[in-house]
Amino acid sequence: MKSLTKVFAGLVAAALLAGCQTDSRDQVLAVSQSSVALRSMQTRAFDTTDKLKTMRTVIATLQDLGFIVDKADDMLGTVSGTKLDGYTLRMTVTVRERGETQMMIRANAQYNITPVEEPGPYQQFFAALEKAMFLTAHQID
Amino acid sequence: MRRQLCVVMVAAMLVAGCEQGIPPEALALSQVSVEKRTLQTRYFDTEDEAKMLTAAVGVLQDLGFTLEESESDLGVLLATKDRDAVEAGQVAGAIVAALFGVSMAIDRNQKIRVSVITRPLEDGRGRTAVRVTFQRLVWNTRGQISKIESLNEPELYQGFFEKLSQSVFLEAHEI
Repeated sequence: MKSLTKVFAGLVAAALLAGCQTDSRDQVLAVSQSSVALRSMQTRAFDTTDKLKTMRTVIATLQDLGFIVDKADDMLGTVSGTKLDGYTLRMTVTVRERGETQMMIRANAQYNITPVEEPGPYQQFFAALEKAMFLTAHQID
Repeated sequence: MRRQLCVVMVAAMLVAGCEQGIPPEALALSQVSVEKRTLQTRYFDTEDEAKMLTAAVGVLQDLGFTLEESESDLGVLLATKDRDAVEAGQVAGAIVAALFGVSMAIDRNQKIRVSVITRPLEDGRGRTAVRVTFQRLVWNTRGQISKIESLNEPELYQGFFEKLSQSVFLEAHEI
């Protein structure tokens, strides 16, 4: 009886583990949420047309949050940074024109080996960016 | 009973390994962020951003860093160096542990990363801000990462800015 329970516990554990992942190559194109929901939490629009200044402000904000800038390209409007603080947090921020009057900023982050897919951290990032930009971050649909 | 509990706990730990959350303070601005900004930033009386960047590259080379990335239009430099990370205290500890038959991993090598970001200030005084950040990754004798950290020792930043200041013949102001 005792051993049966043990086998059962083992089976349950195995089943739970199997729920994690069957083929690790699936990770290449894996997303845990709809792209629309993800894009909406990762994107904000700001009322400015100065791309270079916006990018410099993004860089300053990343620095304030403890990141080192790994890469930046003003033509593509991309900035990538890494924060090391007992963990590795990587982030890419893109800046591009949206219509005639706005810049659109999208950020995506990776915490150790998992994508950041909850709204909280992005809200914090954009709150910090708003302060540095002296502008309001508009949610876009 | 105890064994079952053990099996379940191990399983729970393994499953928990699949999901790891980002700490709530990871992307939040705090008082510490402001202090770090002060620590890592100096202001120079020049509008010549290219001159500051060139001088910074020179200082980084003097310190043995290799440049990994640069974007002069945005005032971005990233450099790294790989160095020895063996510390006498850890070696002594490992020797003592070995006497008791315990094998202990000690830090072996490290990758030091530094970014230098220049930014023209729009305060009408023609100044340029320079912000430097140091980070490092340390690996132990088993090849595992033992430290992932930002370096916040004021001496490091003071030392860097002294060298930069000498290189551009300009004083580095703290405000």
